[in-house]
Amino acid sequence: MSEVTISAADIPVAGPGTLREFWLTYTQSRGAVIGLALIVVLIVLAIGANVIAPYSPNEQFRDFTLAPPAWHDGGSVRFLLGTDPVGRDILSRLIHGARLSLLIGLISVAISLSLGVVLGLVAGYFRGLVETTIMRLMDVMLALPSLLLAIAVVAILGPGLINAMYAIAIVLLPHYVRLTRAAVIAEAAKEYVASSRIAGAGPLRLMFSTILPNCAAPLIVQATLGFSNAILDAAALGFLGLGAQPPTPEWGSMLADALEFIQRASWVVTFPGLAILVTVLAFNLMGDGLRDALDPKLKR
Amino acid sequence: MFTFILRRAALIVPTFIGVTLLAFALIHLIPGDPVENLSGERGMDPARRARLLHEFGLDRPLPVQYADYVGQVLRGDLGTSLTTHEPVLREFLTLFPATVELAFFAMLFAVVVGLPAGIIAALKRNTVADYAVMGVSLTGYSMPIFWWALLLILFFSVQLGWTPVSGRIAVEFDVPASTGFMLIDALRAGDAGAFRSAVSHLLLPTLVLGTIPLAVIARMTRSSMLEVLREDYVRTARAKGLPRWQVVLVHALRNALIPVITVIGLQVGLLLSGAILTETIFSWPGVGNWLVHGVQSRDYPVVQGGILLIATIVISVNLFVDLLYGVINPRIRHA
Repeated sequence: MSEVTISAADIPVAGPGTLREFWLTYTQSRGAVIGLALIVVLIVLAIGANVIAPYSPNEQFRDFTLAPPAWHDGGSVRFLLGTDPVGRDILSRLIHGARLSLLIGLISVAISLSLGVVLGLVAGYFRGLVETTIMRLMDVMLALPSLLLAIAVVAILGPGLINAMYAIAIVLLPHYVRLTRAAVIAEAAKEYVASSRIAGAGPLRLMFSTILPNCAAPLIVQATLGFSNAILDAAALGFLGLGAQPPTPEWGSMLADALEFIQRASWVVTFPGLAILVTVLAFNLMGDGLRDALDPKLKR
Repeated sequence: MFTFILRRAALIVPTFIGVTLLAFALIHLIPGDPVENLSGERGMDPARRARLLHEFGLDRPLPVQYADYVGQVLRGDLGTSLTTHEPVLREFLTLFPATVELAFFAMLFAVVVGLPAGIIAALKRNTVADYAVMGVSLTGYSMPIFWWALLLILFFSVQLGWTPVSGRIAVEFDVPASTGFMLIDALRAGDAGAFRSAVSHLLLPTLVLGTIPLAVIARMTRSSMLEVLREDYVRTARAKGLPRWQVVLVHALRNALIPVITVIGLQVGLLLSGAILTETIFSWPGVGNWLVHGVQSRDYPVVQGGILLIATIVISVNLFVDLLYGVINPRIRHA
């Protein structure tokens, strides 16, 4: 029996790995890179808010109420983006607000995604009455305009930041359920699932470790877009007075607080809105980029 | 075709039952009961409280209340508002034309601007025009519209003084409400000043509410157009020497429109979500504004009825779009 020696040269040189290939496709889109860069900046701001923000978000400078931004007449570098009606530094509030917005996105998407994946897997795997019940329930939720559903949930739970997150998680839920179910139905018919079943894998193993990883791509894209929806809806709820309550530096409620000063001091309204827009835009850009990079149908 | 319609229509029955259950359950999960809220800060003596609870039927078992509720809904009775003592259905119907008017013009704006923008972007793929359209529509898609509304008010109403800030018409005009649609009513009254005032009140809310649908339509039109332009029959049409506009408008657009129409239909829910914010900011007397007030004042029947009616509208429109899609595309019908 001859001894087989394997030299380094015999091992096929690893081609571009999936991750590397993904990264190459992703970075081909300029928008996607910009989106990712913005999100990294936001995350850094959110984590380091206590160090980066010049002041505490709730510190009131009584002598400097409604101070204009630095580049306006009468503005000073002390308050780069000006102050609000009670003399709080807008820049500091915005930086702390980034923390809240990312947290809202993270928590509501996490709740919604995990619940949605489980319901979708169950519906797509077991079919029959279970599926009908789950999907009809999702249809009912989809029949309500998202903000109306969120308002309804907040009406039950009471206004507040945490309840707004639950409300948004509920609003996002049907999308994940439908997506997972559709992907599971498509995957379950494939041979690798059948062979895994014949090999003796139980339903739980089939659902979570055989099928689920192969449905991940659309879910990742939807989760990214879910972030932008969550941030936008949370801001809308805050704006309507149903989300975060003052003095929380949440961007939407900052806008609502400043409403009556819009004519005298436009900056109290401009910057929080801009922060929402840029953040939502960043997640949408990243979502689009991820879709292009993960969807094999669109790959060249 | 007939079986397709029946099959599709039958699907909405469980959805509708679900919506009534949700509307019913919602109200009973809200903390505090309407009688408590009526009494305000001072409280109410237990005898009067019990009498009122009985009067409203709130002291009976829940399944009975639900069965009763569905019966009433089917008879068109959605209860009376606790704050205005008006029937909910009548209030809704009085306010609904204002929302429809706003939503109609928002959609019109979105289609009139979004379709051509999407077509141009597709035809001029990877040029400045394409990037501009895509950039603007991505921004529009990401826009917090309540902030967008404030910016527009700040610029057009405060700085330039061109447009009014709130309401549907200036107070000096007294237009008899015959249809509920302010523009039509003003025209019928033959009052040019009132008509102008109504139009100027409509401009900013239309722009605000139309922004997100506009972005969605432009994006959808572009991608659907790009797909169709790659098809063989388009190349054939070009090879035959047909003028470019004819190929684009007749051969490509007609087929590219199918998914766009679906998307337009599906915007109705989005439009009603947007209407809640837009109406609140512009004090537009529509159902969105009414519902927000209903939630804030815990007006049970208003919230319950409003949710039910809006959901019914969204379900019906989605059904209609589905059927329309089946008519346009036989492959769906026979699936």
